[in-house]
Amino acid sequence: MTSTRSATIFAFALLAPALIYISIIVAYPLFDTVVLSFTNAQLRPTYDWVGWANYQRIFGAGNFTEIIIRTLVWTFFSVSIKMIIGMCGAVLLNAAIPGQTVFRILTMPPWIVPMAIGIYMWAWMYNGNFGMISGLLQNFGITNGPVAWLAYGHTAFWATIVTDVWIGVPMVTIYFLAAMQSIPKDLHEAAWTDGAGRFYRFRRITLPLMLPAIITMSLLSLIATFNSFDIIYILTNGGPSGQTTTMIIDTYKTAMGSRKYGEGAARAVVICIFVSIFCLVYFRAVRRLGQGEAK
Amino acid sequence: MSDVARTTEVAAVDSPALVKPQRKVKARSTRAMIDRYQWYEVVALYAGIAVFLFFVLAPFIEGFLVSLKPLAQLFSTPYSFIPKNGSFDAYFNMWNSVPLLGLYIFNSFFISTIVTLIVVAVVVPAAYAFARFNFAGAGLLLGMFLAVNMFSGAVLLIPLFRLMRGLGLLNTYFAMIVPGAAFLIPSSIWLLRTYMLRIPRELDEAAWVDGASRLYTLRRVILPLAMPGIVVVAIMTFIGAYAQQFIFALTFNSKSEFMPLPVGLFAFFGKQEVQWNELMAASFVGILPVMVVIVFLQRYLVAGLTAGAVKQ
Repeated sequence: MTSTRSATIFAFALLAPALIYISIIVAYPLFDTVVLSFTNAQLRPTYDWVGWANYQRIFGAGNFTEIIIRTLVWTFFSVSIKMIIGMCGAVLLNAAIPGQTVFRILTMPPWIVPMAIGIYMWAWMYNGNFGMISGLLQNFGITNGPVAWLAYGHTAFWATIVTDVWIGVPMVTIYFLAAMQSIPKDLHEAAWTDGAGRFYRFRRITLPLMLPAIITMSLLSLIATFNSFDIIYILTNGGPSGQTTTMIIDTYKTAMGSRKYGEGAARAVVICIFVSIFCLVYFRAVRRLGQGEAK
Repeated sequence: MSDVARTTEVAAVDSPALVKPQRKVKARSTRAMIDRYQWYEVVALYAGIAVFLFFVLAPFIEGFLVSLKPLAQLFSTPYSFIPKNGSFDAYFNMWNSVPLLGLYIFNSFFISTIVTLIVVAVVVPAAYAFARFNFAGAGLLLGMFLAVNMFSGAVLLIPLFRLMRGLGLLNTYFAMIVPGAAFLIPSSIWLLRTYMLRIPRELDEAAWVDGASRLYTLRRVILPLAMPGIVVVAIMTFIGAYAQQFIFALTFNSKSEFMPLPVGLFAFFGKQEVQWNELMAASFVGILPVMVVIVFLQRYLVAGLTAGAVKQ
């Protein structure tokens, strides 16, 4: 039934809507980005080929490498902190104590609420004169005088990371929690019978068995964080003086702010190359993990 | 070969259910003891959870308190966490300061609903094709769908903008709906395919033997059985569409009557000062319905999140 020609035709008929949709809305734009990156396209409808000029310009300008490094550092810290807090959260929510279900529900809001709304709330909290963080720190006497978190380069850099972590943590936590619960209970029981303590069991049973989940989530989170736009756009718009400008923000400003489509496309192509590398690593890791499981 | 694989698969699906009851009885006493905590461990756990949840919920707590404070108190020092003579005035005044607020909230739901309908309509047949037919290139095609998922709308903004302009969709609902749906399709296909793989193939084959057409089998045999999976996909899609409607709305639409809430809230950024209390009040009114629904559907959310786990 499955391998006849009519079955194949039927399968492609079922796939056709999804294929056509994705081809027009994602695959074609991906192709168009590459084409545009070799032109001087702007708002007007006609444009000329300029060869590698866009690439020469962005790599010649000097600050592009700086932006790439900043993006990688920003992403690295954000993903690492998400994984650590997510793991702590999963351990805490996995404990068999009253209130478990309620705590799990309370973890979800940052993930479910429109991202932009959560970010507005953070924007107010970071406000130097009237916001909660600066206000509470002053009330407790930890800092004397207001701290405008988004006004200085390095504090703004970390402030945007904290907000990104906040949005990502619920998903990581719930995902790790599910992975933790899929570990066979017998293993823990056997170790417990042999007198292994909680910490020892976590290090020797839970962590190794969760490794596939940790690797999968890190890579998925890496790709999502690398593409993060809303947070920095709303909180700092890349400022102050470019200290939080990541590659996505930079591309957006070039393309939508200055309407330099050609140059913006060249910057987008560089992002796509990075994403493709992450993608390859991800697929390879998933395949290897799958094989490991089969053996 | 595939028949052997199939029988083992079915056996694997059945076995836990058969083994479970016995194991449960045996394990209960051990598990009760393994889960017993010392008093200081319980204290540490609750303290840890309190810190964790404070981090997660702080913006909402602060946002709610801000919505109760009058603007004059907001912009005064020293900072006070608890509102003095707080009131719900902002919740009434906001409708006057931003007259289109109700429309923004409606737009948010409307856009997410249409996106969900499109995604489900496209994804159900595609997931079935991937789950049941071993046609040439199936693996490659599935991989391509997933790879597409990795490129965000933000990267493809320039050609998408040109495409939307070319199709004449700029400044319409569709400028937000069409690209919004595209980026949610791949992960939904993956999720539903995983679910459909668990439906025994014998059902399709029995229908086939009885002379049912393929389309009839899909409609009358598979769809009813896959309904729980489709519900999960629909919920995940709705959440995705609802949580991420910012960049397309910001870039592809400038008409205020079509704006969803996240962009519509810009209206509170007035000429001189930001109406923070009303902004927060509007945010809460806008997200409240979803929050309430989530409390009831959280089981599905967890299921959706974990089934999407790429494990194969």
